[in-house]
Amino acid sequence: MSTSSEIYSLRINGKEQHVKDSWIGESLLYVLRERLGFMGAKGACEQGECGSCTVLINNDAVCSCLVMAASAIDTDITTVEGLSTQENPTDIQQAFVTEGAVQCGFCTPGLIVAVHHLLESNPSPSEIEVKEALSGNICRCTGYGRIFSAVQLVISQREKSVS
Amino acid sequence: MTIFSPRSLAEALQVIHEHPTARLLAGGTDTMVEINFRHFEPTDIISLRYVTELQAFADQGHNFRVGAAIPYKEFENGSYAHVSRALSEAARTVGSPQIRAAGTIGGNLGTCSPAGDTLPVLSALDAQVELASVNGVRTLSIHDFMLGVKRNARAANEIISAIHIPNIDGYQGYAKVGVRNAMVISIASACLVHDPKNKRVALALGAVGPTIIRCRDSEVWLGENADLSTSAPLSPEVLEEFARRVSSEARPITDHRSTAEYRTHAVGVLAQRLLKRAMQ
Amino acid sequence: MSTRTTSKQRDVLGVSALRPDGIAKTQGTFSFSSDYTADNMLWGATLRSPHPYARIISIDISEAIKIAGVETVLLASDVPGKATYGLISSDQPVFASEFVRYMGESIAAVAADHPETCRRALDAIVVHYEVLTPLTSIEDALNPNTPSIHPDGNVFRHQHILHGDASATGDLVVEGEYEIGMQDQAFLGLEAALAYPDSDGKGVELVVATQWLHEDQKQIADCLGMPKEKVRLQLGGVGGAFGAREDISLQVHTCLLALRTKRPVKMQYTREESFFGHVHRHPGVIALKHHVTSEGRIVKIEGTMKLDGGAYASTSSAVLINGVTHIQGPYKCANAVFDGYAVRTNNPPCGAMRGFGVVQACFAHEGQMDKIAKAVGKSPVEVRLLNAMEKGDTLITGQPVESVAPVARCIRETDALPLPAPLSQSTETMGLPGGSGRTSELHNIKRGIGWGVSIKNLMYSEGFDDSAEARCTLADGVATLKFATAEVGQGFVILAQQIARTILGVDVVVLDRIDTEIGSAGSTSASRQTWMSGGAVDGACRLVRERLFEHVAHTHGLDPLQLVIEDTDIVDTMGPLRISVSEASKGLKIAQTFLHQHRKTEELDENGQGNCHVAFAFVAHRAVVDVDVELGLVKVVQIATAQDVGRSLNPLALLGQIEGGIAQGLGLAVMEEIIVQNGIVKNPSFTDYLLPTALDAPDVLFIPIEEPDPQAPLGAKGVGEPPCISVTPAIVAAIRDATGVDLKRTPVRPQDICL
Ligand SMILES: Cc1cc2nc3c(=O)[nH]c(=O)nc-3n(C[C@H](O)[C@H](O)[C@H](O)COP(=O)(O)OP(=O)(O)OC[C@H]3O[C@@H](n4cnc5c(N)ncnc54)[C@H](O)[C@@H]3O)c2cc1C
Ligand code: FES
Ligand code: FES
Repeated sequence: MSTSSEIYSLRINGKEQHVKDSWIGESLLYVLRERLGFMGAKGACEQGECGSCTVLINNDAVCSCLVMAASAIDTDITTVEGLSTQENPTDIQQAFVTEGAVQCGFCTPGLIVAVHHLLESNPSPSEIEVKEALSGNICRCTGYGRIFSAVQLVISQREKSVS
Repeated sequence: MTIFSPRSLAEALQVIHEHPTARLLAGGTDTMVEINFRHFEPTDIISLRYVTELQAFADQGHNFRVGAAIPYKEFENGSYAHVSRALSEAARTVGSPQIRAAGTIGGNLGTCSPAGDTLPVLSALDAQVELASVNGVRTLSIHDFMLGVKRNARAANEIISAIHIPNIDGYQGYAKVGVRNAMVISIASACLVHDPKNKRVALALGAVGPTIIRCRDSEVWLGENADLSTSAPLSPEVLEEFARRVSSEARPITDHRSTAEYRTHAVGVLAQRLLKRAMQ
Repeated sequence: MSTRTTSKQRDVLGVSALRPDGIAKTQGTFSFSSDYTADNMLWGATLRSPHPYARIISIDISEAIKIAGVETVLLASDVPGKATYGLISSDQPVFASEFVRYMGESIAAVAADHPETCRRALDAIVVHYEVLTPLTSIEDALNPNTPSIHPDGNVFRHQHILHGDASATGDLVVEGEYEIGMQDQAFLGLEAALAYPDSDGKGVELVVATQWLHEDQKQIADCLGMPKEKVRLQLGGVGGAFGAREDISLQVHTCLLALRTKRPVKMQYTREESFFGHVHRHPGVIALKHHVTSEGRIVKIEGTMKLDGGAYASTSSAVLINGVTHIQGPYKCANAVFDGYAVRTNNPPCGAMRGFGVVQACFAHEGQMDKIAKAVGKSPVEVRLLNAMEKGDTLITGQPVESVAPVARCIRETDALPLPAPLSQSTETMGLPGGSGRTSELHNIKRGIGWGVSIKNLMYSEGFDDSAEARCTLADGVATLKFATAEVGQGFVILAQQIARTILGVDVVVLDRIDTEIGSAGSTSASRQTWMSGGAVDGACRLVRERLFEHVAHTHGLDPLQLVIEDTDIVDTMGPLRISVSEASKGLKIAQTFLHQHRKTEELDENGQGNCHVAFAFVAHRAVVDVDVELGLVKVVQIATAQDVGRSLNPLALLGQIEGGIAQGLGLAVMEEIIVQNGIVKNPSFTDYLLPTALDAPDVLFIPIEEPDPQAPLGAKGVGEPPCISVTPAIVAAIRDATGVDLKRTPVRPQDICL
């Protein structure tokens, strides 16, 4: 029941990862990036306001900067790295590029996870539902227009492939 | 420096009994900000993630008993959205979807910020806070639980185990003013609950005082000047006088988020609008 | 609008080619400067002043250095070279030693094994201050009796403008005063750098997110007391810039720590620190008086612009010049008497941000245009069309506008774009002012429409020796491009590939590392890189093509002048030869470097006269807003815009710049402000410095106005800044229209509307 904050392991993208010598206050964002090398999660505020650090924990999209890493034992953590292989980007990732939703790209991994989560839980969201679902992911470059287009493209592509 | 992940409430209570200075960690959305910004240096942590009792829900007829660690998303549009319309409206205004997937009412109560969005709702509903310790369980009225700015009546060895939310038939609504359309801390908020059976309206304000303000005087005045047994529309004069009275019950400050004047004005407008929504 | 690339198209100029780094960015594998790590790496952190103005009595680092894991603590006395830095004048200390002049000024840096150890070390440094009364108002700074807070004085620059007939008058006088709050660039990717010391300790390599590698290199080398070649910079992935990465922030500190500890050192700011670590958009006040005819034609403008530059110079003087030289807006104006001041205070330093002085000017002149319209009984569109500048008109600096100037067309095409559907019962609460707070109901809401039109100079001004270099190497059908142009998200990497494909007929274009191993590209700012680095890549590719043609002509006994590129082939226009570029370049390696320079500009004289700018771009914005009048909450519903782009080189990337700029202008209109009280920053966090979210984003309708500019190497004007300039006044005008309140300041706060 008690975990030493210094040695524990996390299940990330389906694999156990061991964490050693850590400080108790370390966020999952820090541990992912600085201890385990999962650089896909980005930090831009460390207070839950930007969403660039979004990961899935037990299929919930959460800010990894607000998760105490050592408290996330026995959960299933999925980072952006776990959503695709390098050779096979997901339809969402591809759509972000084709629709011009990526500029500097710093917000992008977090948004990819958020959109992935949105479309898993609601495959055909309305426009305003998309906006609400992405309201925790700040993008400073794009003004969001191309991001909405990318999401719409995925929705319509998926609808087409079902019908 | 240890992090405890108890698997039951009994276990958790035992741990906190033995480590009364340990910090309880629910969704972490307040605590981790404190740690990241070095406002709080963690020593021992008790993670509530695996305390299943804190996720429990029961419809007890006259009220709902909701586990303290149920995340907001369940009230917003998830399994417990039916518990209270005002609560689900309030839940939907909390932070972003990511925050609502993690953050909990127990945490909102634990932090007890005057801007906490569920607190005006719990106040207007006269909710009860259930506190558990190795010595047993006690229930406190929300009004006795909230003591001041970020101060509450929880004893060091207690865990907020549940909130009892009265099941009230009638309009209830929450409205919150923030400068952007989502993900914003309240600069003024209000929750109004209409209970026609008991011919009363309850109104609580957020972010306009050191803690949540229940507008008792305005409520009494309204009871005396309007028929609250139905939801027939009220005259503009009554609505306006109600707004004026509510504004005068606010005790806001000026800070970088807004001015005292604006906050005073805004809660009046919110009260009037909510009352109109109730009585139509 | 269809902006997608079809598979048959080649990704040449004019096509919506996609980002080469796009997929990596979506997968999280693209390396931002914060993503670099090294073996044996230390972390660095900065100690900052809590006071806006104080004398440093003593600094005691003895406890800090004792902490296990702390490797070094550096102070001003540890700076081996020049003690100060600065883009225009070198007035900012690497570390403060005598005085701190703004809250957040750096005093010391530490290197340790863990970020938390660094923070503890910072806590353990004891600084004794004699706290002084900060100078925080522009008026006080301008008062000659106020003691100087810096040896260079309290006024960065005063510029007087006298143009035409100072005594000219019209039929009417329209006066207004305007105030602009301090905006932050708030790029998402925080300042970060990793420095590797050379093993001999005589040099250093720095991976950093910046807008201008070579300027950084120069300033760092000076402070390190090293020759420039010993300081090698590589661009780490840049998470947005918007002006905030033009000045030095952590560059010198990181290098110093690495050299001192002989280990790689990484520094990375937190968001809070970032608010203190970079310059902001100048807040300011502008008073304007327009003399107009009864018809509404501008006869003369008079007034003052006062900008608060904060504690150090940064680019204040250039921002000021941009502001005063654009104060007439995109309108004809024959006479002007105007004075601009940029002052030093103990507020946070201000410098470059997208729009660079013109944002402030535009907020004022557009407020005036609406007042003029009202005074003469015309619509906002009519009065703007009446005064619209044309090619050949002169600025109040006497400079003729030689750029294509489709101002009237921008306005007309914007006006022709459809208005949004009126509010109806079906409008979701989330989409109303107040959004998720559910405060508004339909009947509380008033809709308003407002206009903003602007002129923006492109590139550097005032005689600055501006150039960009690029190299192109063609081998076996593959082009490799090398340049030092900072890719900050704007998409120069896409453009560079498009240019090479177009000029050389290749399909594969490799981009070499962006670093200081080639000459400077200048800064990614001032809407200049498409023109400058685009021109350099274009020039290098053309030189390579010449060599290739010569080679082919020689082999086939032809005149190189009769060869052209057609798709991916070299074609003889006078004969049957058709050979693919890859075949023609087999076994060859042609490398050419090109230096692109724009035409020379001049400094202004004492009356503010002179051809100080290179070129101009124009844009019109129409904003539609919904306002909850009682609560003062605003939802920007739609922005319609037509922008003079010269030529659209990549419609998709262009649209991205338009929409992104609009969101930033929206921020300045209704929510973004760094609140500074008595020199103290009150909201250095994303909780309280609010950026537009997805739910705040308006619908954007955009028409590119394509009139290729013969002066521009690719016919294309810079497009980065114009989108965020006149959108702010347009939104504020729309709020005025909805509410009838005479709003003087931006950002508009709820209480400004309803109290
Ligand atoms: C980006 C962002 C936006 C936010 N927006 C809002 C907003 O709009 N409105 C709002 O109200 N809040 C907001 N918050 C604050 C926060 O999300 C809420 O206060 C939330 O309810 C905290 O719950 P938690 O479970 O995450 O708390 P934690 O951080 O886990 O805990 C908070 C405090 O409560 C104590 N605690 C938690 N659970 C218990 C328990 N069962 N018994 C006793 N003590 C307990 C903890 O010890 C701690 O002191 C925001 C936070 C962030 C980061
Ligand atoms: S870094 Fe986690 S939300 Fe910004
Ligand atoms: S692309 Fe730069 S922040 Fe979104």
